[in-house]
Amino acid sequence: MENPKIKVQNLNLFIGKQQILKNVNVEIPEKKITIIIGPSGCGKTTLLKSLNRLTDIYEDINVQGNIFINNEDILNTKTDITILRKKMGLLSQRPYPLPMNIYDNIAYGLRISGRKQKKYLDKRVEHYLKQANLWDEVKDRLKSPASALSIGQQQRLCLARGLAVDPEIILADEPTSALDPISSQYIEEKFVQLKEHYTIIMVTHILRQARRIADYVVFMYLGEIIEQGTAEEFFNNPQQEKTKAYLKGLFN
Amino acid sequence: MKLRKVEEHVFLFLMRLSALLIGFALLAIIWSIFSKGLGSLNWQMISEVPKGGYYFGKEGGILNAIIGSLYLSLGATVLALVIGLPIALFINIHLSKRRRLVNVVRLILDILWGVPSIVYGAFGFTVMIFFGVKTSLMAGIIVITALILPIMIRSLDEVFKEVPMGLKEASYSLGSTKSETAYKVYVRQCVPGLVTAVLLSLGRGIGDAASVLFTSGYTDNIPTALDQPAATLPLAIFFQLGSPIPEVQNRAYAAAAVLTIIILVISILARIVGNKYQKNKIKA
Ligand SMILES: Nc1ncnc2c1ncn2[C@@H]1O[C@H](COP(=O)(O)OP(=O)(O)OP(=O)(O)O)[C@@H](O)[C@H]1O
Ligand SMILES: [Mg+2]
Repeated sequence: MENPKIKVQNLNLFIGKQQILKNVNVEIPEKKITIIIGPSGCGKTTLLKSLNRLTDIYEDINVQGNIFINNEDILNTKTDITILRKKMGLLSQRPYPLPMNIYDNIAYGLRISGRKQKKYLDKRVEHYLKQANLWDEVKDRLKSPASALSIGQQQRLCLARGLAVDPEIILADEPTSALDPISSQYIEEKFVQLKEHYTIIMVTHILRQARRIADYVVFMYLGEIIEQGTAEEFFNNPQQEKTKAYLKGLFN
Repeated sequence: MKLRKVEEHVFLFLMRLSALLIGFALLAIIWSIFSKGLGSLNWQMISEVPKGGYYFGKEGGILNAIIGSLYLSLGATVLALVIGLPIALFINIHLSKRRRLVNVVRLILDILWGVPSIVYGAFGFTVMIFFGVKTSLMAGIIVITALILPIMIRSLDEVFKEVPMGLKEASYSLGSTKSETAYKVYVRQCVPGLVTAVLLSLGRGIGDAASVLFTSGYTDNIPTALDQPAATLPLAIFFQLGSPIPEVQNRAYAAAAVLTIIILVISILARIVGNKYQKNKIKA
């Protein structure tokens, strides 16, 4: 691949004595949607969290190898971790808004980056809420707590919050699994629009979803990468027996 | 199958019984305090300091002890919060990966929590003698702070432990530093629990007699500076209850009623404040 946005090389990750990721080599294309699929427990979430070093906050985790983002090795150089994380927005399986009101949720990332002028914040909050298709629903209650929103709204709020730190990459861990079909469809459509500006990596269990939106697919099994390639190759002409079996639905 | 149902009924019964017993004990205590104390409780009692002969049943009140207790316990609670909050956050955020160390710290704090307050009082007294310090409001505040600090830290710690991992991840993934995660996310998430921690500490501080016996002293005046001695309600109760005069004994119960009412009022106010922030909390 030419100029991958992210290049993972020989990544081995241990939790305690258990090896979770085994010699993982992955390349993620820029401004495309990369889908990570694989059976439950195979290490998809762990791989995603290594990319923004959320693995740092767990104890007993040992990470070896290299992860290059924009050709900078984020594991081995003295990367400023807060700057690294601001390059990525994270959507988790279940939305976790911050314990504050809707407005402050979006403004949070801007404020910790030193942007505090009210006028500027007002404009940005509106902009990102519109981006996440939430503005019309919440514009009259920006000061009410985010916890009162529905799960689907919370996930969109988290998307807006993630976009507000102006990332280059969006990491999404089964972002639609807690959502109703309409909210799910919305997130999918949004991702397709967003890939014009962002590199998107999404974990999913839903093969149909992967087929709908993937440009590039990574298939994991028991901590190993079994196969990766463009969506077309992957779905129409899989090389590995395990991939074929998975696509036939034999694992799930 | 049937046995499990019986078991459930038995435990449900035991739980209800113990709840009932606790409720009954609480009511009995409040009843005995108020029935004996309300007769002597009047405006003069809570608005005046003791006059000459007060302890023999003459004119005056316990305003000195009310104010002294409030100064001591509020001062110590604020101090314990200011010291304890960063420590509790540090344990849960900066030391979150050092589980063994954290367990040791928690054990030490739990032991300190269990140390009888007279030990704190005696220790404070020894230190005061060493430095030649007299009994004073300041000394009392410091000793009560030491007494309630383990309570404050451990109850805050228990609250912070409950913060969902997903929220921590959300905060970090936005590029927050550890301190930002601590003070902007954890503290907001935990306001109701913080209120509980403060109330627990305050309750222990305002009700304790042994720790202030040698350290803050006792006086019939209201202290106007930190180096003056201060009276406290628990000691006022203690001294008056030891009197052979029935009228003075009843005043001890009145003082106990005042103490109870103060704690009740503070608790309710704090709950109202806490509930205002409850709605921001993110459920796990
Ligand atoms: N904090 C942890 N401590 C111990 N083991 C962990 C921890 N987190 C993950 N694991 C283990 O690592 C392995 C991979 O987990 P991971 O969450 O990455 O899987 P996943 O592919 O995302 O699964 P799912 O599809 O169910 O979300 C699992 O076997 C899991 O038990
Ligand atoms: Mg997962």
